[in-house]
Amino acid sequence: MTTRADPVSPGDASADRSWTVRIRSRVVGLVPEGQWLPGRQPVYVASWIYVFGVLTLASLAVVIVTGGALSLGGVAWYHVSSLGLFVNSLHLWSVELFFAFMVIHLWGKFWMAAWRGGRALTWMTGVVLFVASIGTAFTGYLSQTNFDAQWIAAEAKDGLDAVGIGAFFNVLNPGQMLLWHVVLLPFAVGLITVMHIILVRRHGVVPPIDADSPIEKEE
Amino acid sequence: MSALSFVTDQAGQYVHWGVVLISVTNLLIIVAMVLVFFLALILPFGSKQDRETAQERDRQ
Repeated sequence: MTTRADPVSPGDASADRSWTVRIRSRVVGLVPEGQWLPGRQPVYVASWIYVFGVLTLASLAVVIVTGGALSLGGVAWYHVSSLGLFVNSLHLWSVELFFAFMVIHLWGKFWMAAWRGGRALTWMTGVVLFVASIGTAFTGYLSQTNFDAQWIAAEAKDGLDAVGIGAFFNVLNPGQMLLWHVVLLPFAVGLITVMHIILVRRHGVVPPIDADSPIEKEE
Repeated sequence: MSALSFVTDQAGQYVHWGVVLISVTNLLIIVAMVLVFFLALILPFGSKQDRETAQERDRQ
């Protein structure tokens, strides 16, 4: 029989200094209690314009799942078989919707000046996420393994050489572009998305400019 | 000639206005996005009763 050992007595100072406790406190303190998945939102959130952030997130989930399926099947599968072509199309169209929703989300947040009330980092992570997403989509177009991909690569080569990054980011190297597309950039997009969501939950949804925010009143 | 090759043979139609050169397809997508943006601002969200209940809750 095993029992749960608790060698540290409550209030023990050494336990408070341990790295596990420090990490736990940090993670728990990232977002105020009850705000990870809140059951209620202020009345001004009852508008369709507040829906586009989560629509972007839903599209990203479809992009990741279909991208995983394409990786499992491989190039020959998604260029030849009916199911492969269908999943390939799902991947493309979920990306199209991802960008459309993200840009409408961006317009909404820009016109409501969403960086107000200590939300500058939320805005900036969104900006970086937008740029990282463009890079991911770009390397995706380069990884289509068709004439379209070759044409885009040839056109992009001069431009990227001209800005000085062509030596280590070579669009004419399909292996490098594919690995950027399926490993490095999705990791960056995923990580920044998590940071963005944590910041939104930490600071709350930005109120409209003419609305009274209880948080800003306190500040 | 199949319908697919007919489509792929087309160079596409472009709108050329001063320094602006954009394909009709891209222009229509941007117009649709702007339309969705404005509809999101003006269309009511949820039922009238839901909104009244939420306003009442926020007043308390």
